[in-house]
Amino acid sequence: MTNTSHASAARRRQSTLVPNLIVIVLFAALLLFFIVPVIWLLLAPTKTANELIHDNPLSFGSLANLGAAWRHLITFQDHALLVWLRNSAVYSIGALVVTLATSIPAGYALALTKFRGRKTLLVITLVVMIMPTATLVLPIFLELNQFGLIGTIWSVILPFSFYPFGVYLVYIYFATTLPREILAAARIDGCSEWQLFTRIALPLAKPVAALVAFFSFVGNWNNFFLPYLVLPNSDQFPIQVGLNQLLSSTPSFNPVAGAGLNITSPELALAIIIAIVPVLVLFLFSQRALVSGMLAGATKG
Amino acid sequence: MTALNTGHEAVSSVTPVRRRATTRRRAGLAGYLFVSGYAILLLAFGIFPTVYAFFLALTNDRGQFTGLNQFIKVAQDYRFAPAFLNISLYLVMWLLSVVVLTVVVAIVLRSRMRPRLSAIFRFLYYLPGALAGVASVLVWLFMLDPAVSPVSWLLQSMGFADFAAVLSPGDLPVILVLIAFWTGAGGWIVVMYGALNNIPDEVLEAARTDGAGPWKTAWHIQIPMIRKWIAYMAILAFAGGTQLFVEPQMLQTASLGRVSPTWSPNQLAYVYAFQHGDFNGAAAISIFLLALGLICAALLVTRSDLFKVDES
Repeated sequence: MTNTSHASAARRRQSTLVPNLIVIVLFAALLLFFIVPVIWLLLAPTKTANELIHDNPLSFGSLANLGAAWRHLITFQDHALLVWLRNSAVYSIGALVVTLATSIPAGYALALTKFRGRKTLLVITLVVMIMPTATLVLPIFLELNQFGLIGTIWSVILPFSFYPFGVYLVYIYFATTLPREILAAARIDGCSEWQLFTRIALPLAKPVAALVAFFSFVGNWNNFFLPYLVLPNSDQFPIQVGLNQLLSSTPSFNPVAGAGLNITSPELALAIIIAIVPVLVLFLFSQRALVSGMLAGATKG
Repeated sequence: MTALNTGHEAVSSVTPVRRRATTRRRAGLAGYLFVSGYAILLLAFGIFPTVYAFFLALTNDRGQFTGLNQFIKVAQDYRFAPAFLNISLYLVMWLLSVVVLTVVVAIVLRSRMRPRLSAIFRFLYYLPGALAGVASVLVWLFMLDPAVSPVSWLLQSMGFADFAAVLSPGDLPVILVLIAFWTGAGGWIVVMYGALNNIPDEVLEAARTDGAGPWKTAWHIQIPMIRKWIAYMAILAFAGGTQLFVEPQMLQTASLGRVSPTWSPNQLAYVYAFQHGDFNGAAAISIFLLALGLICAALLVTRSDLFKVDES
């Protein structure tokens, strides 16, 4: 009895040994793949361009180097980096405000009121939401160009504010958490439609508003294509387009244009870190948001 | 009970009907007001640009109707077919790697690892997603430069002596897959893990008592039960992949012109608009891309039950 059970346990152990080994190797390889570039990036600004080439790639340089890289970076084109960061903040937060102000009432109305065209609006919203944002960038550029809006901050903020995914998230949220009966009862008690929205729906909307804000901010902060097309001047660039300009000013990647400038690899690495800090901070707290957002459409089976 | 109810309704049936009609009208009007802000944005930045792009694609620069000529013109451009071929090659590799690896990893994380450890792995895999876009390309320019890369030994053993050798046009699809996987796969692993979490424990327990090992359970139960999420991921990854712009554009800059500036269709449309000043041709290319995106979206909306359009 004990003998046979021992034998079968041994066999089982043997049969899972090889797959386990494969799994461990795969996970370790993926871990290195995902994390080593991040560690390298965090260490790079502490070294000089020369040390980056000759020292151990994953070694720490010195804080003095970090300070030097910061000074070079900040004086590039007379504090251009700070201007780009400010622009990114203005565009992303401006768009976020308009997105919340339009998508929360819209999602609420789609979920809990009845009007003609509601279903059509919902389907169009779904289709546009699934289409990649880049699909509409060139057509939006052509449109803005036709109306002479190129180069204004609204040519970035308004297209950024159009966020069908946010509307859909709010729609799903209200459709699943706010029973129609509550609204019906409040109507009978004499609440106006506006009061229903502000007194009942809005106070409930905090979690979904945070979700929409997260997705909208991250998407817009990282957006490159649209501002790249519609903003001609460097002092209007968001940080993403600014990074692209830094790249073409770095001698390692552009020996011709980069000559005589202080922007080398450590400065570029530092600029990348600064550019992603806001999104990184959000990411530290957002894994749950990602799951609930992406699975929002899940019809429980 | 029933009798009581009908009696009650019979008495007061006149006023509620009228009241219901007015509240419905009131709610209808309010509905329009609530969606108005969003509807204006949708018209301005969703519907109108699409219609306008169609208009441009069907006319010439003097506004004369030219039928399908613009489409024929861009399709016959010597750069058109290579651009679509380039992204096709990229898409095949990207879809295979993202679908297979994220599903395998998510299943192992879900069923074969302690929850605490699994959470740490998910977080670390997900973290590079914060560097999506320009930042990720810049990081990978460093990773692929044998002079500074932490894996320069690997690059050199693969025969890449310097940065120029790595950034040869033939390697671009692989490089783009690396970048896309680095920023995107972790997020999808987290989402697939969430989908696996939705499978009730009783189902997995039943499989276990029936003698199914972890691999059998994965193949016969877990994967079929998250099938629609795998399809969702594949379609979104495909649709996003057709739109490549930032990554090849920056790699082109860094390659000092050895990579084609019209590597992807979106770049070709960009060159039409900004270098040839040919907005009609640019619009025609974006209609091709728009059609691809629309087909994917329509497929997901109509063929899957992932999106609740209406419960009533």
